[in-house]
Amino acid sequence: MNGAAHTVGGSHGGPHAAALQQAVVSRAEAAPGSAPSVRTITYRQALYEALREEMERDESVMLLGEDLVHGGGAFGVTGDLFARFGGGRVLQTPISENGFVGVAVGAAMTGMRPVVEIMFMDFITLAMDQLVNHAAKIHYMYAGQYRVPLVVRTPAGAGRGYGASHSQSLESWLIHVPGLKVVAPSDAADAKGLLKSAIRDDNPVVFIENKMLYTKQGMVVDDQAPIALGVARTRRRGTDVTIASYGRMLDLSLQAAEVLAPEGISCEVIDLRTLKPLDAEMVTASVRRTGRFVFVEEGTGGVGAEVCTRVVERCGAHLRGRVVRVAAQDTPIPSSGPLEQVVIPQLDDVLHACLNSLRTD
Amino acid sequence: MTELDSRVEGTEFADGAAGMDGAEARAFVEYYRSMLRIRLCEERIGWLFSRSLTMGTAHLSIGQEASAVGVLAAAAPTDYVVSTHRGHGHLLAKGASPAMLLAEICGRATGYCRGKGGSQHIGVREIGFLGTNGITGGGLPVATGAALSSKMRGSGQVVLCFFGDGAANQGTFHESLNMASVWKLPIVYVCENNGYAMWTAARTVTSVASIAERAASYGMPGVRVDGMDLLAVRGAAREAIARARSGAGPVLLETMTYRFCGHSKSENGRGYRPSEEIAQWEQTDPLPGWRGRLLAAGVPAAEIAGIEAEIEAEIEEATAFALNSPYAEQEALLDVYAGATAAAAAPAWVETENPVVSQPVASAAATLAVLATEATDRSEVIPAGLPLVPARNAVGAVAHATARDVRQPAVAVPAGEGE
Repeated sequence: MNGAAHTVGGSHGGPHAAALQQAVVSRAEAAPGSAPSVRTITYRQALYEALREEMERDESVMLLGEDLVHGGGAFGVTGDLFARFGGGRVLQTPISENGFVGVAVGAAMTGMRPVVEIMFMDFITLAMDQLVNHAAKIHYMYAGQYRVPLVVRTPAGAGRGYGASHSQSLESWLIHVPGLKVVAPSDAADAKGLLKSAIRDDNPVVFIENKMLYTKQGMVVDDQAPIALGVARTRRRGTDVTIASYGRMLDLSLQAAEVLAPEGISCEVIDLRTLKPLDAEMVTASVRRTGRFVFVEEGTGGVGAEVCTRVVERCGAHLRGRVVRVAAQDTPIPSSGPLEQVVIPQLDDVLHACLNSLRTD
Repeated sequence: MTELDSRVEGTEFADGAAGMDGAEARAFVEYYRSMLRIRLCEERIGWLFSRSLTMGTAHLSIGQEASAVGVLAAAAPTDYVVSTHRGHGHLLAKGASPAMLLAEICGRATGYCRGKGGSQHIGVREIGFLGTNGITGGGLPVATGAALSSKMRGSGQVVLCFFGDGAANQGTFHESLNMASVWKLPIVYVCENNGYAMWTAARTVTSVASIAERAASYGMPGVRVDGMDLLAVRGAAREAIARARSGAGPVLLETMTYRFCGHSKSENGRGYRPSEEIAQWEQTDPLPGWRGRLLAAGVPAAEIAGIEAEIEAEIEEATAFALNSPYAEQEALLDVYAGATAAAAAPAWVETENPVVSQPVASAAATLAVLATEATDRSEVIPAGLPLVPARNAVGAVAHATARDVRQPAVAVPAGEGE
């Protein structure tokens, strides 16, 4: 760890910065003499630190994935972990996704805590049998005799022109599989804290890293504690519309709130952080106050389908406007940048959705 | 095929039991006990199935007992086993209790998995049994991972990974053997080749005459043995397990065997196997053969009869145990997640405030009654429907859902669950 103190503030300030400052202040009060510090690091660095610290903390944590030896995976997340921990704990696999996810399942059943990297989320389709029919079900169908403490990390999402087989957001498939947990952090602090929790969890967790976020800067307190899975976070307080989102689309939602504020529309923005188990309580408590709900996601709408249904089921009497989803169009992801932008939600879409949510006709 | 082959051909006891020591004689009796337990237990499963007392289907391994018992006779008690959809024999040969096996298959709370697994999903942690498996070829990567774990932990355990000729055509077979070879894992892949992938003759869908040949592609020894000959199987398995345990890497062992029953209990004579072929294989039935071997080795007929009576009684008791056991209470459903509290694991509909979805509905009449009371409420609480807004068109294309559209899926969940 660098350990040096860094600026509090920056481009992703707002409530996050305030919360961090608050955390730092509380800690300073709680432990006088210690030197709490906040660093600005990338989302990628945050993930790396979580992996490294968990590997240092627990010898059973191991990494499996493609191209981990030179460069730390396709997006460089595992960095020098092969050099640090050696081939005994960082295993570079052949291109056999179903095979090595299954290997991780077997290792997890017998005492290890494997963290698997699937190079692009699109390739998780190759491993669905091991993920869905094995990892997700083993604890339950063997009546608790075996646990599967497995993390499958994978970069998802569009934005880089990779085209149809390297740009998908398939999380809505996964949230409908009993036994899996699905996590999708939107910033560095959450990436670090949630990955630590995912590794310590005794269940299979799919950990979705939006690839456009890898270079995003964010503040992380030193010795970032694990962040509980299944707990959403209110990123902005508001009174008129509740916007819920996660991952890369969270920033779009915050931007929309910023644009609408001067127009007299006050948006509450919630980052789900964990998609399964879903923190429906935080979302529905907010919607009961605002009476309006917008959900924003980069996939084709299936996460929103679930969240919006929960909102309608639980907040029916409190709804004063429409429940609105913003999602990708129901097409494969095109490679061409301008076309990609048409398919993937943009700021305008979120703004329109918020306005639409206010309609009562 | 490999250096192991030649040694397998002439197993130590291939020509009879002459010169057998006391320990070996006792082991031979145990093998009979174990094969007979599998045979009678599976016959009982067939009987229970025919009376609709089991849950789902069952895949019997009758005829294949020498393969299961022969391989596990060569294994240590602490070694892991990964099995298949045809896994009752592997379970019993590894030491599972017929009573808990039958209870599981009958869906009872006293089964190994409280009745939640059923025939194809039975794990038994206390004996290192990592599961029967309902996905053809699904166990191969899991077994490979257990071998990786064993190697990383330095535990000395070998994994016995059973699968069939059908699974040898799954990608998992090729991916797993490749990784195990690259990483020199302590695992023996046991392909029980009974000639048929369900109703499809293996020779018509397999690129090689012998699956053991495929070992060459993965840089490991491949050994084919007569799977009806327990000693041949045991001899080959001993060699393979010793190699795996020594750190020299995996072995692919192919046991040529035959199932005397159909693929599953749903099979009703589809004529895919010539009757002469079945009759020919039945001549090699390992049980009468082994019984004869015991007699020839001087085991008294009375002792053998005693064993047979003992196993028959054991299966009777197991049957009574299973059928007299209760079904699990609903709280058995709550361990979807390790470490979950009951509240956290509860189905979503239990928590909702909407009465339509908060009350599990027991009957169609009750469903209609609830719907009748709900109809007006729903139209009031959802004044604007559920618009879906595609990206780039957030205001334009708004789809209105009626209260009826909204209500239907909400009811479907508890109604289905409740029944």
